[in-house]
Amino acid sequence: MLDNMEQIYLAIVLAPLAGSLISGLFGKLIGRSGAHWVTIIGVAISSILSMVAYKHHMFDGGGVYNEAVYTWLSSGGITFEIGFLIDPLSVTMMVVVSFVSWMIHIYTIGYMHDDSGYQRFFSYISLFTFSMLMLVMSNNFLQLFFGWEAVGLVSYLLIGFWFKKETAIFANLKAFLVNRVGDFGFLLGIAAVLMYFNSLDYAEVFSKVGDHADTTIMIFGNEPWSLMTVICICLFIGAMGKSAQVPLHVWLPDSMEGPTPISALIHAATMVTAGIFMVSRMSPLFELSETALNFILVIGAITALFMGFLGLVQNDIKRVVAYSTLSQLGYMTVALGASAYAAAMFHLVTHAFFKALLFLGAGAVIIVMHHEQDMRKMGGLYKSMPITWITCFFGTLALIGFPGTSGFFSKDAIIEAVHYSDLAGATFAYYSVLFGVFITALYSFRLFFMTFHGEQRMDVETWKHLHEAPAVVTVPLSVLAIPSLILGAFLIGPMLFGDYFGDAIVVSSTHNVLAEIGENYHGVMLFTLHAFKHPPVYLAFAGIFVAWLCYIKFPELPARIVDKFGIIHKILVNKYGFDDFNQIVFAGGVRNIGQILWKFGDVNIIDGLMVNGSAKSVRWFSSKIRKIQTGFLYDYAFVLILGLLTLLAIFVHQILV
Amino acid sequence: MTLTNLPILSMLIWTPIIGGVWALIAGDRQEQTVKYFSLAVAVITFIFSVLLYQQFDNEFAGMQFIEEASWIAAFDIKYHIGVDGIGLPLILLTTFTTILVILSAWEVIESHISYYMCAFLILTGLMNGVFVALDAILFYVFWEAMLIPMFIIIGIWGGPNRVYATIKFFLYTFLGSVFMLVAFLYLYSVADSFSIEAMHAVPLSLTAQKLIFIAFFLAFAVKIPMWPVHTWLPDAHVEAPTGGSVILAAIMLKMGGYGFLRFSLPITPDASLYFDDVIIVLSLIAIVYIGFVALVQEDMKKLIAYSSISHMGFVTLGFFIPFIIVAKTGSTSGALMGIEGAMMQMISHGFISAAMFLCVGVMYDRLHSRMIKDYGGVVNSMPYFAAFMMLFAMANAGLPGTSGFVGEFLVILSSFKASFWIAFTAALTLILGAAYTLWMYKRVIFGDVSKAEVAELKDINSREGLILFMLAVVVLLFGIWPAPVFDVMHMTMEQLVEHVMQTKVP
Repeated sequence: MLDNMEQIYLAIVLAPLAGSLISGLFGKLIGRSGAHWVTIIGVAISSILSMVAYKHHMFDGGGVYNEAVYTWLSSGGITFEIGFLIDPLSVTMMVVVSFVSWMIHIYTIGYMHDDSGYQRFFSYISLFTFSMLMLVMSNNFLQLFFGWEAVGLVSYLLIGFWFKKETAIFANLKAFLVNRVGDFGFLLGIAAVLMYFNSLDYAEVFSKVGDHADTTIMIFGNEPWSLMTVICICLFIGAMGKSAQVPLHVWLPDSMEGPTPISALIHAATMVTAGIFMVSRMSPLFELSETALNFILVIGAITALFMGFLGLVQNDIKRVVAYSTLSQLGYMTVALGASAYAAAMFHLVTHAFFKALLFLGAGAVIIVMHHEQDMRKMGGLYKSMPITWITCFFGTLALIGFPGTSGFFSKDAIIEAVHYSDLAGATFAYYSVLFGVFITALYSFRLFFMTFHGEQRMDVETWKHLHEAPAVVTVPLSVLAIPSLILGAFLIGPMLFGDYFGDAIVVSSTHNVLAEIGENYHGVMLFTLHAFKHPPVYLAFAGIFVAWLCYIKFPELPARIVDKFGIIHKILVNKYGFDDFNQIVFAGGVRNIGQILWKFGDVNIIDGLMVNGSAKSVRWFSSKIRKIQTGFLYDYAFVLILGLLTLLAIFVHQILV
Repeated sequence: MTLTNLPILSMLIWTPIIGGVWALIAGDRQEQTVKYFSLAVAVITFIFSVLLYQQFDNEFAGMQFIEEASWIAAFDIKYHIGVDGIGLPLILLTTFTTILVILSAWEVIESHISYYMCAFLILTGLMNGVFVALDAILFYVFWEAMLIPMFIIIGIWGGPNRVYATIKFFLYTFLGSVFMLVAFLYLYSVADSFSIEAMHAVPLSLTAQKLIFIAFFLAFAVKIPMWPVHTWLPDAHVEAPTGGSVILAAIMLKMGGYGFLRFSLPITPDASLYFDDVIIVLSLIAIVYIGFVALVQEDMKKLIAYSSISHMGFVTLGFFIPFIIVAKTGSTSGALMGIEGAMMQMISHGFISAAMFLCVGVMYDRLHSRMIKDYGGVVNSMPYFAAFMMLFAMANAGLPGTSGFVGEFLVILSSFKASFWIAFTAALTLILGAAYTLWMYKRVIFGDVSKAEVAELKDINSREGLILFMLAVVVLLFGIWPAPVFDVMHMTMEQLVEHVMQTKVP
């Protein structure tokens, strides 16, 4: 069986890669339909085989698979390998990634129908699927980093897919560089792991982790730092880049410049959750550093709440969803900080479905509106697009955590988990995520009402041609709506309180908050009823109500609020000034340093003073010396004789003495 | 007669040189014949090097395929050559690059192409000679002789400011190597032989070692080049024709690195230990300072030249970090990773810088400008070219999966063992390298068509496509599977590190 499984795992990653290469290299030859067939078949194979692997692993007792595929290189006694670790954590991610990717491949047929870069687009998203699968299936840090940067590359290519747009190519460079800042920390973390564990293999590192629980290292002078804290914070900086946590979040809203299918796939459902996955994977390390956990908790809480606020003032439909993604990633991060890794993974899974659904729904609206993204020019679309409307409604319910939907279970679990946590940052985090529920409901229903309800604000020409999106769009929407609604109820029991993750996630007994919650868990029904005794549900209802007041009942209300609280509105519209700050201090500062070093250091000092300066002094010296060479024979004869006389004198002197 | 009996190293040196001389004799009258003939010579030389690789014994640390004959008996100077795990990868790099350079000149060089081919073929033979010479004087002859064809290449086929650039290039490197010659003469007086292996073995006092180290350092630091003796490189690159830039970046810079490995480290290990802090600081300055400078360049060739200097910072860092690691941890395993990573960085940089300069060459041939501002939106008219350049730009930024990642990764990993802050500073290249490379790419390739000339650009032809494809294959191959490069050099490097960690002070 083992041999057999290895081939399956290889097929899972290689099928999308093959699809990508064929459609990328031979796109002209196979044509548009050839490109979408070959990539969709590739991803479908990958997705179905992932489900086979899931069944094999989760239901048939397949056991953990941890094998190398080939040796990348060996140097200095360390062997770097490419290999797969298939355990509950990776197999869950494999199913989510390949399935969402499959749906989005189908959706793309409709969305990119008229685009001249059709084959290129399919090639990129299949390449992304390959990279993401390599990342989640890795059994070592090297391959993790490989996948990590590879998804960053594809993200870069896809944000800049419409390379003629100045905003798009600005956004993709920004995304890549901000991610590189995160990777910088990540790489240092990996280097620290290698130094102390002498291996980059997960299993080996985790087995030795106890030996270094109390190791300290010096970084700033003689101040001892816990090794685990340093490693974990470095690794988490990587996660902050990829999973867009404050202050490295700035690239994600701009990434909406890319085509909508990739906003759904990469910048909502899968790639941005890589950081969450990574921290869950590294739980044996993170459990040993409460400092790092507190850091994560606070960063996550700030992201969850303050990015939610920004969703309230955006008018671009995709940007609202983007800020919502930031905020939800904050929720997942908070769960990680509270040691509720399983809850983070749970929210990751449900979020992948409902957020992909919401993005695709927004995309469907955008197609019908002829690439208009401003919600102020929409409204009342429910009549002409009933399937999009109802699926988006389900997605919105899941997002705000309406009781019974998937998002309800995962979000409530996170809030409860933080409530139980004893860490120093937990109180702040708890109130942040709690208030975040209200904000989430408010901006979500603001979007929903502004787009689908109220008066129709589009121009007449668009209004006449309103229609439902094509089947390649509505089918993926409908398929994604199902897990958005019901998956949570099925997964909550086993995933949070059962033995779903086995040994893949390690939680030390001192902060095992999920176990505490689990003591009072008696099935899905009671959990749902129990929620009505707690504030989150009422906060969500309040959010819906306020949204209804502002955007249906009294549409003139928001403008009056903006007038009244002009300064706050301005701060929110300027996104707290992060972008301006980065643009001036980092982008501008770095260029100034470069100019100074170049113009002053290289051109003036090294070349001007030292190189050409010495050349000049040689010229000056020779111009003086030159005067000795007069060209008159008697001058030379005189010197000749003088020299002979000197030699003779020395000779005579030596004989005499 | 089997392959092993052939003097394969001599063939690697003399085949291209004889070919070059023939090209010179044939001259301008038979341009077409000379072009095909030169290509054939380059391919044959490459095949020789592949045969050498096949016959090479990975399990043997010392010199292989040794040839020895008396040359100048009075001073015991010999024609003594051999190859080990350090020389072999560099020879393969040289012969491979030569094919690219010959192809890249095909219809681009308009005046005296026979002489151009001649210069490159002779240069190839001389560079192979540098990598196999086991006699210090023989080495010195090859080393200095190399300057002549390069001087001619820049001086004849170069840009408008070529005279300043050639003189700067020549004086700079020549000044450095004169000190090396003095060191050789001193070593001859001590070791009583010009054999490099004998110089490795001879005991030396610390003072003598320091002086020899400085003499070597002047030669190699200029060549590689290290900050602050680097300013000849951007000038030389800007003025050189594409082929000249490719050879300069891909191979001639590696001579400096090779010199450190072959001479500085094994002959003066104690002085290397003594000076390691200085070298490491200079390397870090090169990585960061030059990274900033590269960012603000307006000329693409200058930008790539500066990026080369920054990448070479990793080479010198990897060569000298072992001393700190061994002092700190007492084990040579981490040290080995740094030095092997640096070697990998040299090989990989050979491919990537060659690719980047060829890409600029492709654009220069069409628009006759190297300035970033003269381009913009090239992807619209040259999509295939843009795809290739994307790959090489990413490789230049050290993306995993390309060869550019391997060396930087290993050097950063090993330098962490020496100090957190060294690794921290070196890792800044992750951000800087991506910034200067991709920002240039954005301004040149992406965007809407900026000018009428750009809209009329023709995409790469099959000859250019072939060149870039060959490079793309190796860049990806060694990114995905770098193990073969390491297998070749393991034994030699292990022996080297062991030798270097022992004191030579009597």
